[in-house]
Amino acid sequence: MPNDSLKRVDFIFDKDYNCKEVLYDAFKLTRDEIIEEIIKSGLRGRGGAGFYTGVKWKYAREELADEKVVICNADEGEPGTFKDRAILEEVPSKVLAGMALCGKVIGAKKGYIYLRGEYNYLKPKLEQEINKFTDILHSELNFDFNIKIFSGAGAYVCGEETALLNSMEGLRGEPRNKPPYPTHSGLFGKPTVVNNVETLVYAVMVFKIGAEKFKNIGIQGSSGSKLFSVSGDTPKSGIYELEFGMKVSDFVNEFGDGDAKAVQVGGASGFCVPRKAFDKTTIGYQGKLKGNSLPTGGSMMIFNSSRSMYNVLHNYLEFFVEESCGQCVPCRIGTQQLLKGIEAIKKGKKSSEYLENLLALSETMRLTSKCGLGQSVGNSFSSIVENFKEEMIY
Amino acid sequence: MAEVNELVKSLSHKHGKERGSLLPILQGITEVEKSLSAEIMIEVARELNISTAEVYGTASFYSFLDTEPRGEFVIRVCKTISCDMKGKRQIVKTLEDLLKIKVGETTHNKKFTLLETNCLGWCHKAPAMLINDEVYTDLDDNKVKKIIRKYRSK
Repeated sequence: MPNDSLKRVDFIFDKDYNCKEVLYDAFKLTRDEIIEEIIKSGLRGRGGAGFYTGVKWKYAREELADEKVVICNADEGEPGTFKDRAILEEVPSKVLAGMALCGKVIGAKKGYIYLRGEYNYLKPKLEQEINKFTDILHSELNFDFNIKIFSGAGAYVCGEETALLNSMEGLRGEPRNKPPYPTHSGLFGKPTVVNNVETLVYAVMVFKIGAEKFKNIGIQGSSGSKLFSVSGDTPKSGIYELEFGMKVSDFVNEFGDGDAKAVQVGGASGFCVPRKAFDKTTIGYQGKLKGNSLPTGGSMMIFNSSRSMYNVLHNYLEFFVEESCGQCVPCRIGTQQLLKGIEAIKKGKKSSEYLENLLALSETMRLTSKCGLGQSVGNSFSSIVENFKEEMIY
Repeated sequence: MAEVNELVKSLSHKHGKERGSLLPILQGITEVEKSLSAEIMIEVARELNISTAEVYGTASFYSFLDTEPRGEFVIRVCKTISCDMKGKRQIVKTLEDLLKIKVGETTHNKKFTLLETNCLGWCHKAPAMLINDEVYTDLDDNKVKKIIRKYRSK
Protein backbone atom coordinates (compact mmCIF):
# COMPACT_ATOMS: atom_id res chain seq x y z
CA MET A 1 0.00 0.00 0.00
CA PRO A 2 1.58 3.27 -1.07
CA ASN A 3 1.74 5.89 1.63
CA ASP A 4 2.26 9.49 0.60
CA SER A 5 3.07 10.74 4.06
CA LEU A 6 6.17 8.56 4.24
CA LYS A 7 8.64 9.89 1.77
CA ARG A 8 10.98 7.21 0.63
CA VAL A 9 14.25 8.32 -0.86
CA ASP A 10 17.24 6.48 -2.19
CA PHE A 11 20.53 8.21 -1.58
CA ILE A 12 22.48 5.75 0.48
CA PHE A 13 22.13 2.64 -1.65
CA ASP A 14 21.88 4.46 -4.97
CA LYS A 15 24.48 2.83 -7.22
CA ASP A 16 24.56 5.71 -9.70
CA TYR A 17 27.54 7.20 -8.03
CA ASN A 18 31.23 7.56 -8.74
CA CYS A 19 33.30 8.38 -5.68
CA LYS A 20 36.19 9.58 -7.80
CA GLU A 21 34.08 12.23 -9.57
CA VAL A 22 32.39 13.46 -6.40
CA LEU A 23 35.70 13.73 -4.55
CA TYR A 24 37.42 15.29 -7.56
CA ASP A 25 34.88 18.12 -7.59
CA ALA A 26 34.85 18.51 -3.82
CA PHE A 27 38.65 18.68 -3.67
CA LYS A 28 38.56 21.73 -5.95
CA LEU A 29 37.10 23.67 -3.05
CA THR A 30 39.19 24.96 -0.18
CA ARG A 31 38.98 23.17 3.15
CA ASP A 32 36.93 25.97 4.64
CA GLU A 33 34.56 25.97 1.70
CA ILE A 34 33.94 22.26 2.18
CA ILE A 35 33.17 22.84 5.85
CA GLU A 36 30.84 25.70 4.92
CA GLU A 37 28.92 23.40 2.58
CA ILE A 38 28.51 20.70 5.22
CA ILE A 39 27.38 23.24 7.81
CA LYS A 40 24.97 24.80 5.33
CA SER A 41 23.46 21.38 4.57
CA GLY A 42 22.47 21.02 8.22
CA LEU A 43 23.89 17.47 8.32
CA ARG A 44 23.83 15.96 11.79
CA GLY A 45 25.39 12.77 13.12
CA ARG A 46 23.37 9.70 12.22
CA GLY A 47 24.61 7.55 15.09
CA GLY A 48 21.90 8.90 17.35
CA ALA A 49 23.39 11.87 19.19
CA GLY A 50 22.87 14.27 16.27
CA PHE A 51 25.83 16.62 16.61
CA TYR A 52 26.38 18.93 13.62
CA THR A 53 28.92 17.21 11.38
CA GLY A 54 30.29 20.40 9.83
CA VAL A 55 30.93 21.90 13.25
CA LYS A 56 32.76 18.78 14.39
CA TRP A 57 35.00 18.91 11.32
CA LYS A 58 35.59 22.62 11.87
CA TYR A 59 36.79 22.05 15.43
CA ALA A 60 39.26 19.40 14.28
CA ARG A 61 40.37 21.56 11.36
CA GLU A 62 41.22 24.43 13.73
CA GLU A 63 43.51 22.29 15.89
CA LEU A 64 47.24 22.60 15.34
CA ALA A 65 48.87 19.18 15.35
CA ASP A 66 51.36 17.20 13.25
CA GLU A 67 48.94 14.31 13.05
CA LYS A 68 45.16 14.05 13.01
CA VAL A 69 42.89 11.05 12.69
CA VAL A 70 39.53 10.17 11.09
CA ILE A 71 37.59 7.30 12.58
CA CYS A 72 34.53 5.70 11.08
CA ASN A 73 32.43 4.34 13.94
CA ALA A 74 31.11 0.98 12.77
CA ASP A 75 30.51 -0.36 16.27
CA GLU A 76 26.81 -0.60 15.59
CA GLY A 77 25.43 -2.31 18.67
CA GLU A 78 22.14 -0.66 19.60
CA PRO A 79 19.48 -3.38 19.74
CA GLY A 80 17.38 -3.13 16.61
CA THR A 81 19.98 -1.32 14.48
CA PHE A 82 21.57 -3.01 11.50
CA LYS A 83 21.87 -0.33 8.82
CA ASP A 84 25.62 0.33 9.09
CA ARG A 85 26.31 -3.30 8.31
CA ALA A 86 24.24 -3.03 5.14
CA ILE A 87 26.03 0.18 4.11
CA LEU A 88 29.45 -1.40 4.57
CA GLU A 89 28.33 -4.47 2.69
CA GLU A 90 26.66 -2.76 -0.24
CA VAL A 91 28.23 0.67 -0.76
CA PRO A 92 31.59 0.65 1.08
CA SER A 93 33.19 3.09 -1.37
CA LYS A 94 30.83 5.85 -0.22
CA VAL A 95 31.97 5.39 3.38
CA LEU A 96 35.62 5.48 2.33
CA ALA A 97 34.97 8.61 0.26
CA GLY A 98 33.40 10.27 3.32
CA MET A 99 36.48 9.43 5.37
CA ALA A 100 38.78 10.83 2.68
CA LEU A 101 36.72 14.01 2.48
CA CYS A 102 36.94 14.47 6.24
CA GLY A 103 40.67 13.68 6.13
CA LYS A 104 41.20 16.31 3.46
CA VAL A 105 39.29 18.91 5.45
CA ILE A 106 40.90 18.43 8.84
CA GLY A 107 44.35 17.54 7.54
CA ALA A 108 44.52 13.87 8.49
CA LYS A 109 46.50 11.19 6.71
CA LYS A 110 45.17 8.26 8.64
CA GLY A 111 41.71 6.80 8.86
CA TYR A 112 40.38 3.84 10.79
CA ILE A 113 37.18 1.88 10.54
CA TYR A 114 36.29 0.61 14.00
CA LEU A 115 34.37 -2.49 12.97
CA ARG A 116 32.46 -4.35 15.66
CA GLY A 117 33.65 -7.90 16.25
CA GLU A 118 30.24 -9.26 15.32
CA TYR A 119 30.82 -8.01 11.77
CA ASN A 120 34.23 -9.65 11.34
CA TYR A 121 32.93 -11.57 8.36
CA LEU A 122 32.85 -8.27 6.43
CA LYS A 123 36.59 -7.76 6.80
CA PRO A 124 38.04 -9.53 3.75
CA LYS A 125 35.77 -7.77 1.28
CA LEU A 126 36.14 -4.44 3.02
CA GLU A 127 39.93 -4.72 2.92
CA GLN A 128 39.78 -5.27 -0.84
CA GLU A 129 37.59 -2.20 -1.21
CA ILE A 130 39.99 -0.14 0.87
CA ASN A 131 42.93 -1.18 -1.32
CA LYS A 132 41.03 -0.33 -4.48
CA PHE A 133 39.91 3.00 -3.08
CA THR A 134 43.24 4.16 -1.69
CA ASP A 135 44.90 3.31 -5.02
CA ILE A 136 42.54 5.73 -6.75
CA LEU A 137 43.03 8.27 -3.99
CA HIS A 138 46.83 8.17 -4.26
CA SER A 139 47.23 7.93 -8.01
CA GLU A 140 44.30 9.86 -9.44
CA LEU A 141 43.29 12.31 -6.73
CA ASN A 142 46.78 12.88 -5.46
CA PHE A 143 45.77 12.59 -1.82
CA ASP A 144 47.97 10.72 0.63
CA PHE A 145 45.40 9.11 2.92
CA ASN A 146 45.37 5.56 4.26
CA ILE A 147 42.61 3.55 5.87
CA LYS A 148 42.86 0.57 8.20
CA ILE A 149 40.28 -1.62 9.87
CA PHE A 150 40.38 -1.96 13.64
CA SER A 151 38.28 -4.84 14.96
CA GLY A 152 36.19 -4.39 18.06
CA ALA A 153 35.86 -7.27 20.49
CA GLY A 154 32.25 -7.35 21.58
CA ALA A 155 31.43 -4.35 23.76
CA TYR A 156 28.35 -2.18 23.18
CA VAL A 157 29.80 0.73 25.13
CA CYS A 158 32.64 1.08 22.61
CA GLY A 159 30.16 2.77 20.28
CA GLU A 160 30.59 5.74 22.65
CA GLU A 161 33.37 7.65 20.94
CA THR A 162 35.78 8.01 23.85
CA ALA A 163 35.32 4.36 24.89
CA LEU A 164 36.08 3.50 21.28
CA LEU A 165 39.30 5.51 21.48
CA ASN A 166 40.37 3.79 24.69
CA SER A 167 39.68 0.45 23.08
CA MET A 168 41.92 1.36 20.13
CA GLU A 169 44.63 2.37 22.59
CA GLY A 170 44.59 -1.14 24.06
CA LEU A 171 42.69 -0.19 27.20
CA ARG A 172 39.37 -1.29 28.66
CA GLY A 173 36.56 0.28 26.67
CA GLU A 174 35.63 2.77 29.35
CA PRO A 175 34.39 6.23 28.34
CA ARG A 176 36.56 9.23 29.16
CA ASN A 177 35.52 12.45 30.79
CA LYS A 178 34.56 15.17 28.32
CA PRO A 179 36.03 17.72 27.78
CA PRO A 180 38.52 17.35 26.27
CA TYR A 181 36.54 16.30 23.21
CA PRO A 182 38.13 13.98 20.66
CA THR A 183 38.39 16.81 18.11
CA HIS A 184 40.90 18.36 20.53
CA SER A 185 42.44 15.26 22.12
CA GLY A 186 41.38 11.95 20.62
CA LEU A 187 43.32 8.85 19.63
CA PHE A 188 46.62 8.92 21.54
CA GLY A 189 45.96 12.61 22.19
CA LYS A 190 45.69 13.54 18.53
CA PRO A 191 42.79 15.63 17.19
CA THR A 192 40.27 13.05 16.01
CA VAL A 193 36.94 13.08 14.24
CA VAL A 194 34.71 10.11 15.02
CA ASN A 195 31.76 9.84 12.63
CA ASN A 196 29.09 7.21 12.22
CA VAL A 197 29.13 5.14 9.00
CA GLU A 198 25.91 6.67 7.69
CA THR A 199 27.01 10.23 8.49
CA LEU A 200 30.09 9.84 6.31
CA VAL A 201 27.96 8.66 3.39
CA TYR A 202 25.65 11.66 3.75
CA ALA A 203 28.64 14.01 3.88
CA VAL A 204 29.55 12.78 0.41
CA MET A 205 25.90 13.01 -0.70
CA VAL A 206 25.90 16.70 0.22
CA PHE A 207 28.51 17.19 -2.49
CA LYS A 208 26.69 15.04 -4.98
CA ILE A 209 23.33 16.76 -4.73
CA GLY A 210 24.32 20.12 -3.21
CA ALA A 211 23.85 21.52 0.28
CA GLU A 212 20.66 23.44 -0.57
CA LYS A 213 18.88 20.43 -1.97
CA PHE A 214 20.03 18.28 0.93
CA LYS A 215 18.73 20.82 3.41
CA ASN A 216 15.31 20.79 1.82
CA ILE A 217 14.84 17.09 2.32
CA GLY A 218 13.02 16.35 5.53
CA ILE A 219 11.77 18.99 7.92
CA GLN A 220 13.66 21.97 9.23
CA GLY A 221 15.96 21.24 12.12
CA SER A 222 16.28 17.66 10.90
CA SER A 223 17.62 18.00 7.40
CA GLY A 224 17.93 15.07 5.10
CA SER A 225 16.85 11.49 5.22
CA LYS A 226 17.80 8.62 7.43
CA LEU A 227 18.11 4.88 7.25
CA PHE A 228 15.67 3.08 9.50
CA SER A 229 16.17 -0.45 10.70
CA VAL A 230 12.67 -1.89 11.04
CA SER A 231 12.09 -5.05 13.05
CA GLY A 232 9.79 -6.71 15.55
CA ASP A 233 6.14 -7.43 14.75
CA THR A 234 6.13 -6.31 11.16
CA PRO A 235 5.61 -8.18 7.92
CA LYS A 236 8.19 -5.91 6.28
CA SER A 237 11.26 -5.94 8.46
CA GLY A 238 14.36 -4.53 6.82
CA ILE A 239 16.18 -1.29 6.06
CA TYR A 240 14.36 1.74 4.64
CA GLU A 241 15.56 5.23 3.84
CA LEU A 242 12.91 7.78 4.80
CA GLU A 243 12.78 11.54 5.11
CA PHE A 244 13.01 12.98 8.57
CA GLY A 245 9.83 14.32 10.15
CA MET A 246 7.46 11.40 9.68
CA LYS A 247 4.72 10.74 12.18
CA VAL A 248 4.89 7.50 14.12
CA SER A 249 1.27 6.82 13.10
CA ASP A 250 2.22 6.96 9.41
CA PHE A 251 5.13 4.71 10.09
CA VAL A 252 2.93 2.18 11.88
CA ASN A 253 0.34 2.25 9.08
CA GLU A 254 3.03 1.37 6.63
CA PHE A 255 5.05 -1.13 8.59
CA GLY A 256 2.86 -2.46 11.40
CA ASP A 257 0.97 -5.74 11.31
CA GLY A 258 -2.32 -3.98 12.09
CA ASP A 259 -2.08 -4.68 15.79
CA ALA A 260 0.81 -2.48 16.93
CA LYS A 261 0.59 -1.41 20.55
CA ALA A 262 3.95 0.29 20.86
CA VAL A 263 6.98 1.35 18.86
CA GLN A 264 10.41 1.52 20.42
CA VAL A 265 12.27 4.37 18.74
CA GLY A 266 16.05 4.33 19.07
CA GLY A 267 16.60 0.88 20.53
CA ALA A 268 17.12 -0.06 24.16
CA SER A 269 18.45 3.42 24.90
CA GLY A 270 15.55 5.09 23.08
CA PHE A 271 11.91 5.79 23.83
CA CYS A 272 8.80 3.65 23.82
CA VAL A 273 5.84 5.27 22.05
CA PRO A 274 2.46 3.76 23.02
CA ARG A 275 -0.46 3.55 20.58
CA LYS A 276 -2.20 6.59 22.07
CA ALA A 277 0.82 8.77 21.25
CA PHE A 278 1.42 7.53 17.68
CA ASP A 279 -0.34 10.59 16.27
CA LYS A 280 1.49 13.09 18.43
CA THR A 281 5.01 11.84 17.86
CA THR A 282 7.35 12.57 14.98
CA ILE A 283 10.78 11.22 14.18
CA GLY A 284 13.59 13.73 13.90
CA TYR A 285 15.85 15.92 15.95
CA GLN A 286 14.35 18.67 18.02
CA GLY A 287 13.37 21.45 15.69
CA LYS A 288 10.16 22.86 14.36
CA LEU A 289 8.33 19.61 14.86
CA LYS A 290 4.78 19.26 16.01
CA GLY A 291 4.23 17.35 19.21
CA ASN A 292 6.99 15.25 20.67
CA SER A 293 9.93 14.65 18.42
CA LEU A 294 12.26 11.77 18.99
CA PRO A 295 15.77 11.35 17.64
CA THR A 296 16.93 7.89 16.69
CA GLY A 297 20.01 6.10 15.47
CA GLY A 298 17.56 4.34 13.22
CA SER A 299 16.18 1.51 15.30
CA MET A 300 12.40 1.15 14.96
CA MET A 301 10.96 -1.86 16.70
CA ILE A 302 7.27 -2.63 16.60
CA PHE A 303 5.47 -4.59 19.32
CA ASN A 304 1.96 -5.96 18.81
CA SER A 305 -0.62 -6.64 21.47
CA SER A 306 0.61 -10.20 22.07
CA ARG A 307 3.85 -8.85 23.55
CA SER A 308 4.43 -8.29 27.25
CA MET A 309 6.07 -4.92 27.75
CA TYR A 310 7.42 -6.26 31.04
CA ASN A 311 9.40 -8.83 29.06
CA VAL A 312 10.61 -6.13 26.69
CA LEU A 313 11.84 -3.94 29.54
CA HIS A 314 13.35 -6.94 31.32
CA ASN A 315 15.31 -7.80 28.17
CA TYR A 316 16.58 -4.22 27.83
CA LEU A 317 17.66 -4.07 31.46
CA GLU A 318 19.51 -7.38 31.21
CA PHE A 319 21.25 -5.91 28.20
CA PHE A 320 22.30 -2.79 30.11
CA VAL A 321 23.45 -4.74 33.17
CA GLU A 322 25.83 -6.70 30.94
CA GLU A 323 26.95 -3.83 28.75
CA SER A 324 27.51 -1.18 31.44
CA CYS A 325 31.27 -0.76 31.59
CA GLY A 326 31.10 -0.67 35.37
CA GLN A 327 33.25 2.41 35.70
CA CYS A 328 30.76 4.78 37.34
CA VAL A 329 28.49 3.86 40.24
CA PRO A 330 25.13 5.27 39.00
CA CYS A 331 25.23 3.11 35.89
CA ARG A 332 26.83 -0.02 37.35
CA ILE A 333 24.57 -0.21 40.40
CA GLY A 334 21.59 1.55 38.86
CA THR A 335 21.12 -0.91 36.01
CA GLN A 336 21.25 -3.86 38.43
CA GLN A 337 18.83 -2.30 40.88
CA LEU A 338 16.32 -1.41 38.16
CA LEU A 339 16.34 -5.03 36.98
CA LYS A 340 16.02 -6.43 40.50
CA GLY A 341 13.33 -3.86 41.25
CA ILE A 342 10.98 -4.73 38.41
CA GLU A 343 11.45 -8.44 39.16
CA ALA A 344 10.51 -7.86 42.81
CA ILE A 345 7.38 -5.91 41.86
CA LYS A 346 6.31 -8.56 39.37
CA LYS A 347 6.70 -11.27 42.00
CA GLY A 348 4.77 -9.20 44.54
CA LYS A 349 7.76 -8.84 46.87
CA LYS A 350 7.55 -5.08 46.50
CA SER A 351 4.43 -2.95 46.26
CA SER A 352 3.55 -1.11 43.09
CA GLU A 353 4.53 2.19 44.76
CA TYR A 354 8.12 0.99 44.52
CA LEU A 355 7.94 1.83 40.81
CA GLU A 356 8.15 5.50 41.83
CA ASN A 357 11.46 4.84 43.57
CA LEU A 358 12.75 3.09 40.49
CA LEU A 359 11.69 5.99 38.28
CA ALA A 360 13.54 8.35 40.60
CA LEU A 361 16.60 6.10 40.37
CA SER A 362 16.50 6.16 36.57
CA GLU A 363 16.33 9.96 36.73
CA THR A 364 19.36 10.00 39.04
CA MET A 365 21.20 7.84 36.53
CA ARG A 366 20.32 10.29 33.76
CA LEU A 367 21.75 13.17 35.78
CA THR A 368 24.85 11.52 37.20
CA SER A 369 26.12 8.82 34.84
CA LYS A 370 29.36 9.53 33.08
CA CYS A 371 28.35 8.64 29.55
CA GLY A 372 25.39 8.22 27.25
CA LEU A 373 24.85 4.59 28.22
CA GLY A 374 23.88 5.22 31.83
CA GLN A 375 22.23 8.52 30.98
CA SER A 376 19.84 6.93 28.52
CA VAL A 377 18.72 3.84 30.44
CA GLY A 378 15.98 6.02 31.90
CA ASN A 379 14.61 6.76 28.41
CA SER A 380 13.26 3.28 27.80
CA PHE A 381 12.69 2.62 31.50
CA SER A 382 10.45 5.61 32.19
CA SER A 383 8.63 5.53 28.86
CA ILE A 384 7.76 1.84 29.24
CA VAL A 385 6.92 1.98 32.95
CA GLU A 386 4.77 5.08 32.66
CA ASN A 387 2.82 3.88 29.64
CA PHE A 388 2.43 0.23 30.61
CA LYS A 389 2.24 0.39 34.38
CA GLU A 390 -0.32 -2.42 34.73
CA GLU A 391 1.91 -4.78 32.79
CA MET A 392 4.74 -4.09 35.23
CA ILE A 393 2.60 -5.00 38.23
CA TYR A 394 0.23 -7.82 37.22
CA MET B 1 54.90 -23.31 25.81
CA ALA B 2 57.43 -22.73 23.05
CA GLU B 3 54.60 -22.66 20.53
CA VAL B 4 52.78 -20.05 22.59
CA ASN B 5 55.89 -17.88 22.70
CA GLU B 6 56.22 -18.17 18.95
CA LEU B 7 52.62 -17.08 18.45
CA VAL B 8 52.98 -14.05 20.70
CA LYS B 9 56.27 -13.10 19.03
CA SER B 10 54.86 -13.36 15.52
CA LEU B 11 51.81 -11.28 16.48
CA SER B 12 53.86 -8.56 18.16
CA HIS B 13 56.07 -8.54 15.09
CA LYS B 14 53.01 -8.06 12.88
CA HIS B 15 51.18 -5.45 14.98
CA GLY B 16 54.03 -3.78 16.90
CA LYS B 17 54.90 -3.67 20.58
CA GLU B 18 53.02 -0.51 21.48
CA ARG B 19 50.10 -0.52 23.88
CA GLY B 20 47.78 0.14 20.94
CA SER B 21 48.70 -3.28 19.57
CA LEU B 22 47.32 -5.08 22.61
CA LEU B 23 43.82 -5.70 21.27
CA PRO B 24 44.92 -6.92 17.82
CA ILE B 25 47.44 -9.25 19.51
CA LEU B 26 44.85 -10.66 21.92
CA GLN B 27 42.43 -11.11 19.01
CA GLY B 28 45.11 -12.90 17.00
CA ILE B 29 45.73 -15.31 19.88
CA THR B 30 42.01 -15.92 20.34
CA GLU B 31 41.69 -16.77 16.66
CA VAL B 32 44.25 -19.56 17.01
CA GLU B 33 43.83 -20.70 20.61
CA LYS B 34 40.11 -19.78 21.05
CA SER B 35 40.82 -18.36 24.50
CA LEU B 36 43.45 -16.55 26.53
CA SER B 37 45.21 -18.68 29.15
CA ALA B 38 47.02 -17.17 32.13
CA GLU B 39 50.36 -18.30 30.63
CA ILE B 40 49.74 -16.58 27.36
CA MET B 41 48.63 -13.32 29.01
CA ILE B 42 51.87 -13.33 31.05
CA GLU B 43 53.79 -13.82 27.83
CA VAL B 44 51.96 -10.93 26.14
CA ALA B 45 52.68 -8.69 29.14
CA ARG B 46 56.38 -9.56 28.95
CA GLU B 47 56.45 -8.94 25.20
CA LEU B 48 54.79 -5.50 25.43
CA ASN B 49 56.55 -4.63 28.67
CA ILE B 50 53.38 -3.91 30.62
CA SER B 51 51.98 -5.56 33.74
CA THR B 52 50.00 -8.78 33.51
CA ALA B 53 47.14 -7.06 35.34
CA GLU B 54 46.89 -4.57 32.50
CA VAL B 55 46.63 -7.38 29.96
CA TYR B 56 44.05 -9.23 32.03
CA GLY B 57 42.14 -5.99 32.68
CA THR B 58 41.80 -5.33 28.97
CA ALA B 59 41.13 -8.95 28.02
CA SER B 60 38.41 -9.48 30.61
CA PHE B 61 36.53 -6.38 29.47
CA TYR B 62 35.61 -7.69 26.04
CA SER B 63 33.11 -10.46 25.47
CA PHE B 64 34.92 -11.74 22.39
CA LEU B 65 38.16 -12.20 24.31
CA ASP B 66 37.57 -15.28 26.43
CA THR B 67 39.77 -16.00 29.39
CA GLU B 68 38.14 -19.41 29.94
CA PRO B 69 38.87 -22.42 27.73
CA ARG B 70 36.62 -22.59 24.66
CA GLY B 71 35.94 -25.17 22.00
CA GLU B 72 37.00 -25.12 18.36
CA PHE B 73 33.64 -23.67 17.35
CA VAL B 74 32.18 -20.98 19.59
CA ILE B 75 28.43 -20.62 19.09
CA ARG B 76 26.95 -17.30 20.18
CA VAL B 77 23.17 -17.11 20.08
CA CYS B 78 21.73 -13.60 20.07
CA LYS B 79 19.49 -13.06 23.08
CA THR B 80 18.46 -9.45 22.55
CA ILE B 81 14.87 -8.39 22.10
CA SER B 82 14.06 -9.22 18.44
CA CYS B 83 15.68 -12.64 18.61
CA ASP B 84 14.05 -13.21 21.99
CA MET B 85 10.64 -12.39 20.46
CA LYS B 86 11.22 -14.64 17.47
CA GLY B 87 12.06 -17.83 19.31
CA LYS B 88 15.64 -17.61 20.54
CA ARG B 89 14.77 -19.73 23.60
CA GLN B 90 13.76 -22.65 21.39
CA ILE B 91 16.98 -22.30 19.39
CA VAL B 92 19.05 -22.44 22.56
CA LYS B 93 17.12 -25.48 23.76
CA THR B 94 17.65 -27.27 20.46
CA LEU B 95 21.37 -26.54 20.63
CA GLU B 96 21.56 -27.70 24.25
CA ASP B 97 19.82 -30.97 23.32
CA LEU B 98 21.99 -31.54 20.27
CA LEU B 99 25.29 -30.77 21.96
CA LYS B 100 24.28 -32.10 25.40
CA ILE B 101 25.67 -29.04 27.14
CA LYS B 102 24.16 -25.95 28.77
CA VAL B 103 24.80 -22.33 27.83
CA GLY B 104 28.31 -21.42 28.99
CA GLU B 105 29.66 -24.97 28.64
CA THR B 106 31.99 -26.73 26.21
CA THR B 107 31.56 -30.25 24.83
CA HIS B 108 33.91 -32.95 26.14
CA ASN B 109 35.64 -33.28 22.79
CA LYS B 110 36.37 -29.52 22.93
CA LYS B 111 34.60 -29.05 19.62
CA PHE B 112 31.71 -26.74 20.60
CA THR B 113 31.14 -23.99 23.14
CA LEU B 114 27.60 -22.64 23.54
CA LEU B 115 27.18 -19.00 24.59
CA GLU B 116 24.59 -16.27 24.43
CA THR B 117 25.48 -12.79 23.26
CA ASN B 118 23.91 -9.35 22.86
CA CYS B 119 22.49 -7.87 19.68
CA LEU B 120 24.25 -9.21 16.58
CA GLY B 121 22.61 -6.71 14.22
CA TRP B 122 20.34 -9.19 12.40
CA CYS B 123 17.06 -8.19 14.06
CA HIS B 124 15.16 -8.31 10.75
CA LYS B 125 16.23 -11.93 10.25
CA ALA B 126 15.83 -13.15 13.81
CA PRO B 127 16.70 -15.45 15.44
CA ALA B 128 20.39 -15.26 14.65
CA MET B 129 23.66 -16.77 15.85
CA LEU B 130 27.38 -16.63 15.19
CA ILE B 131 29.65 -19.65 14.92
CA ASN B 132 33.14 -18.19 15.20
CA ASP B 133 32.84 -15.38 12.59
CA GLU B 134 30.09 -16.96 10.47
CA VAL B 135 26.55 -15.57 10.74
CA TYR B 136 23.41 -17.72 10.60
CA THR B 137 19.97 -16.09 10.46
CA ASP B 138 16.26 -16.93 10.23
CA LEU B 139 16.96 -19.96 12.39
CA ASP B 140 14.56 -22.79 13.12
CA ASP B 141 15.08 -26.27 14.57
CA ASN B 142 15.79 -27.94 11.25
CA LYS B 143 18.21 -25.29 10.15
CA VAL B 144 20.10 -25.52 13.44
CA LYS B 145 20.33 -29.33 13.17
CA LYS B 146 21.74 -29.06 9.65
CA ILE B 147 24.28 -26.43 10.65
CA ILE B 148 25.53 -28.47 13.60
CA ARG B 149 25.78 -31.59 11.44
CA LYS B 150 27.94 -29.62 9.02
CA TYR B 151 30.27 -28.43 11.78
CA ARG B 152 30.49 -31.90 13.35
CA SER B 153 31.97 -33.27 10.16
CA LYS B 154 34.52 -30.46 9.90
